[in-house]
Amino acid sequence: MSSLAASAQPLAASLVQSVDWLAIAPPTIAAVVGLIALVADLFVGEKKKALLGWLSVAGLAVSTLMLLPLLDGDRSTFCLTGTPDVCSYTADRFTLVLQLLVLGGALLTALLSVTALKDADKGLPEGEYWFLLLSSAAGAALLPASRDLATLIVALEVASLPAFALVGLRHGDKKSSEAALKFFLSSVTATAVSLMGVSFVYATTGTLYLTQIADRIQNVDGQLHTLAQTGVVLTLIGFAFKTAAVPFHFWVPDTYVGAPLPIAAYLSVVGKAVGFSGLILVTVVALPSYADVWGPALAALAALTMTVGNVGALRQQATRAYSAVRLLAWSSVGQAGYLLVPIAAAAYSDNAERSIGSTVAYALMYAAVNLGAFAVAALVGRTQLLNRLADYRGLYASNPLTALLLAFFLLCLAGLPPGIIGLFAKVTVFSAAVDAGLGWLAVVMAVNVVIALFYYLQWTALLFRAPEGEAVKHRVPAPLTATIALTGVLGIVLSGAPQLVLRFADTGLF
Amino acid sequence: MIDINESVMQFLLAFVVVGPLLGAAAALLPAPPGMKGKSPEQAVLRHGVTVTGAILVAAIVLALGFDHDHPSKMQATTDISWIPALDVRIHLGIDGISLPLLVLTALLTFLCALYSYFKLPAGPTPKAFVALLLVLEAGTLATFAVLDLLLFFLAFEMVLIPMYFLIARWGGEGRTRAAWRFILYTLLGSVVMLLGLLLIGLKAGTFDMVALATDNGRSLTASVQVIAVLAIGIGLAVKTPMWPLHSWLPDAHTAAPTVGSVLLAGVMLKMGTYGFVRILLPIAPDGFRDFAPYLAAFAVVGIIYGSLACLALAKQGAKGDLKRLIAYSSVGHMGFVLLGIATMTPTGVNGALFANIAHGLITGLLFFLVGALKDRTGTTDLDTLAKETGAALYGKAPRLGGLLAFGAVASLGLPGLAGFWGEMLALFGAFRPADELSRPAFLTFMAIGAFGTLLTAAYMLIVVRRVCMGAVPQEGPKLADVHTYEFAAWAPLVALTVAAGLWPKALLGLTDPAVQQLLAGGTR
Repeated sequence: MSSLAASAQPLAASLVQSVDWLAIAPPTIAAVVGLIALVADLFVGEKKKALLGWLSVAGLAVSTLMLLPLLDGDRSTFCLTGTPDVCSYTADRFTLVLQLLVLGGALLTALLSVTALKDADKGLPEGEYWFLLLSSAAGAALLPASRDLATLIVALEVASLPAFALVGLRHGDKKSSEAALKFFLSSVTATAVSLMGVSFVYATTGTLYLTQIADRIQNVDGQLHTLAQTGVVLTLIGFAFKTAAVPFHFWVPDTYVGAPLPIAAYLSVVGKAVGFSGLILVTVVALPSYADVWGPALAALAALTMTVGNVGALRQQATRAYSAVRLLAWSSVGQAGYLLVPIAAAAYSDNAERSIGSTVAYALMYAAVNLGAFAVAALVGRTQLLNRLADYRGLYASNPLTALLLAFFLLCLAGLPPGIIGLFAKVTVFSAAVDAGLGWLAVVMAVNVVIALFYYLQWTALLFRAPEGEAVKHRVPAPLTATIALTGVLGIVLSGAPQLVLRFADTGLF
Repeated sequence: MIDINESVMQFLLAFVVVGPLLGAAAALLPAPPGMKGKSPEQAVLRHGVTVTGAILVAAIVLALGFDHDHPSKMQATTDISWIPALDVRIHLGIDGISLPLLVLTALLTFLCALYSYFKLPAGPTPKAFVALLLVLEAGTLATFAVLDLLLFFLAFEMVLIPMYFLIARWGGEGRTRAAWRFILYTLLGSVVMLLGLLLIGLKAGTFDMVALATDNGRSLTASVQVIAVLAIGIGLAVKTPMWPLHSWLPDAHTAAPTVGSVLLAGVMLKMGTYGFVRILLPIAPDGFRDFAPYLAAFAVVGIIYGSLACLALAKQGAKGDLKRLIAYSSVGHMGFVLLGIATMTPTGVNGALFANIAHGLITGLLFFLVGALKDRTGTTDLDTLAKETGAALYGKAPRLGGLLAFGAVASLGLPGLAGFWGEMLALFGAFRPADELSRPAFLTFMAIGAFGTLLTAAYMLIVVRRVCMGAVPQEGPKLADVHTYEFAAWAPLVALTVAAGLWPKALLGLTDPAVQQLLAGGTR
C-alpha cells in the first residue's frame, strides 16, 4: 500500500499543476461575473434589471484593476511539467497591455450598454446580453496571454461566439439577424480554415506551443515543407479575418449597422485587438523564421486594407440611413490597415519587438478615440434613430462640449493637431515602416492619410455648421457622459504626454 | 541690445509659442466678469487683440534681448525631453535666421487681430474666429522656434485645421472647394515630408536639428540624403509654393477672408522656405546639391509663370481678380526666394531670407488694401472696378490709392524699398553659385529671373494704372478714404517696408553670420 502511495505521489505531482490564480484573475473574473449575471437574471425582478448592468460594469472594472498586481514581473502558468519554461498562459508586458486594452474597451462598452439597454426598453434581454458581453471579453482577455495554438483558437472562439449572438440579439429585427448570420458564416469559415492551418503546423512540428514551434519549424523534413508553408498561410487567414483585413472585410459595414451600437463599438476595438494579438503571436512568436512568407503577405494586406477601407468611407453619403455608423465601420477597416503596417515591418526589421510596440501603441490610441467617437454616435443615435451624418449638423450649437470632443476624436483618428496623440501614433507607424525599409508601404499609407482626412474633416466641419431648422438638444444620461468624458480625458492627457502609450514602441514587450 | 537674463529669454520664447494656444482655449470660454465689454463679440475680439499684442511685445523684447553680436548662436534655448520613445525633445531656440520671421509673424497676426476688431469678416461667431487665429499664430511661431524635426512637423501641421476653417467659414465665393484644395494638397506634401524627416532621424540617430546641422550630413549616406531631400523638398515646395505645385494657392487666396490672405501670404508661405534653409541646406547638403539646379530651374519657371499669369489677369476684359493676381505674384516672388536658396551661397541665401521678410510685409499690405477695396466697392474684379477708363482711386479715395500704388511699386522691387534687396541678392547669388554647381546653368537662370523682374514691373504698373488712375465720375458715390484703424493696421507695414529698403543692414546683419555658419557646417 505504502509503496503504491509513494509511487503515486510524484505521478500526481506531475499531473496536477499548481495554478497561478493571480495571473489568470483578469479573464477569470470577467467570466465568473458573466455567469453570475446570467444566473442572477433569473432571480432579479423586472424593475431591478439595471442592477445586472452595474454588476457587470463593476466586474469589468475589478478585472481591469487586477492587472495592477501583475505589473511587478512576468508570470507564467499551465506550464509543461517536464520543461517548465514552455507554458500555455503567460502574463508578460505584451499580455498586460493588451488585456488593459481589451478589458478597458469592454468596460467602456458596458457603460455605453447600460444606456442602450435602458433605451431599448426590454427590446434586448438583459441577462443574456451581459453574460454574452462578459464571456466575449473574457475570451478576448485570454487570447493575448495564450502561448499555444490550442488555447489561442479556443480563446478566439470564446471571444467570437458570444459576439455573433450579441450582433443578432435584437428580437424581431430582420437586419440584426441578417447581420449576425453574415458575421457568423464568414467567421466560422475563417476559423475552420485556420484550424486546418493549425493542424498542418502541428503535423509538421509535433507541438502546439508557440516557442517550440518557432524552434522546430526551422528543421522541418523537406517533404513536409509545403505542408508547413500551407499551414502558416491558412493559420494567418483566420486571424486576418478577425482584424477585418481586406478581402475579409465585407461583413463589417452591415454587421456594425445591424448590431446594437455598443456592440459595434466593441467589435471595432476589442474584436480588432483580438485579431491583432493573435496575428502578432502567430507571426512574431511562433513563426519568425517564416518572415519571408508572412512579411510580404501582411504588407500587401495592409496596403489593400487601408486603401479599400478609406475609399469605402469616402463613398458614404451624408443623407443615407446609418451613414455615420457605416463611415465608422469603413474607417475602422482603414485603421486596421495602419495597424497591420508595423506587424509587416517586423518581418523586415532587426528589432521586431519595437515594430510590434508601434502596433500596440497605435491600437491603444485607436481604442480610446474610436470608443469616444462611438459614444457620441450613441448619444446622437438616441434621438436621431437613423444616425445619418447629416444628423450631426449643428451639434456644436446644441451640445458644444460633446461636439468639440467628437471633433477632437475624429482629428485624432485623422492624425492632425489638435489630435496630437493621433499624429504621433501615426508617426510611430510610419517610422516602423521607414525603419524596416518598406518605403512603398509608407507612401501608400501617406496617400491614405490624406484620403482619410477628407472624410474625417468633412464630418468635423459638419458639426460646426449652422443647424438646419431647430437645433435638437441631446440629453446626456450619466453613463454616456461618463464614457465620453473618460475617453475625452484619456485622449487629451495622451496628447499632452504621448510617452504614456508610445513607450511601448520603444521597449521589448515579450 | 539690452541685457536680459537668459532664463527670462527662455521664458519669453516659450511664452511666445504657448501663449497663443492658451489664449485660444480662453477665447472659447465665456468672458470673466468685469471683462464682458459691450457685447460678447466685442469682448472676444478684444481678447484676440490683447493676446496677440502681448505676444508681439514678448517677441519685440526677445528681439531686443537677442545678442546681436552673435546672431549665429542659438539663443533663449530650452531643451527638455518630451517623448523619449520617439526621441522627441521640446527644443526651442532662435538665431538670426528665425528671429526676423518670429517678429514678422507676431506683428502680422497682431495687425490682423486689430483689423478684425474694427472690421469683423462676415461669417459665424467671432469666438471661433479668434480661437482659430490664435492657434494659427501658435503653429507658425512654433515652426520658427522649434529645433526638433518631429516637433517641426507637428507645428507645420498645426496651421492646417485653423486655416481650413478660416477659409471654409469666413471666406468668399468658391470657399469650400478652395479650402479642400488647400488642406489636401498641403497635407499630402507634409506627409511625404514626414517620411523624409523620419528617414533622416532614423539614419542619423537623432531628430535634433542643431545636432544634425553640426553633423552637416556626415552620418548620412548619399542615397539617404537624395531620398530625404526629395521627400522633404516636395513637402516644403508645396507649402512655399513652388511651380508646378502651386495650384492650391490662387484659389485659397481668392476665397480666403482678408485676414486669412494676409497670414497665408505673410507668414505661412515662409514656413516652406524656412524649412529649406533650416533643414535641407545644413542637414543634407550633398543631397541638396544634387537637386539645386532643378530647384533653381523650377524657381525661375515660377517667376516667369507667375508674372505671365498676372499679366494675363491684368489685361482688360480678362475678368482678372485682384486677389488672384496678388496670389500669382506671390508665386513669382517665392520663385526668387527659392532661386536664392538654390545657389547655396551666403549671398543667395541671405537674399532669400531678406526677400522672405520683404514679401511678408509688402504682400501683407497689398492683401489688406485689396480687402479694404472690396469692402468699399464690393468686388475685386479688375474689369468691374476699372470699367473703361480706370477705377480712379486717386480721385475717389486719394490715400487708399496712394497706398496701393506704394504697395505695387514696393512689390515690383523699386530700389529704396524692401522688395529690391532680396531679389537683387538672389540674382547676385545666381551670378556666382556655389563651387560645385554649374555656373552656366545658373547664369541662364539669373538672366531669366532678371527678365522676370521686368515682367513684374509691367503688370504692377498696369494694375496701378487701371485701379488708381482714370476719369473721376462727376456724380458717383464717393468712396470712404482710409479709416483711422486701417491706418493703424497698415502704417507699421509701410514704415518697415521703407526702413528695410533704406537700411538693409539691420536685417542682413542678423541673417548673414547665421547663414555663413549654416553653410559652413552647422549652427551651434
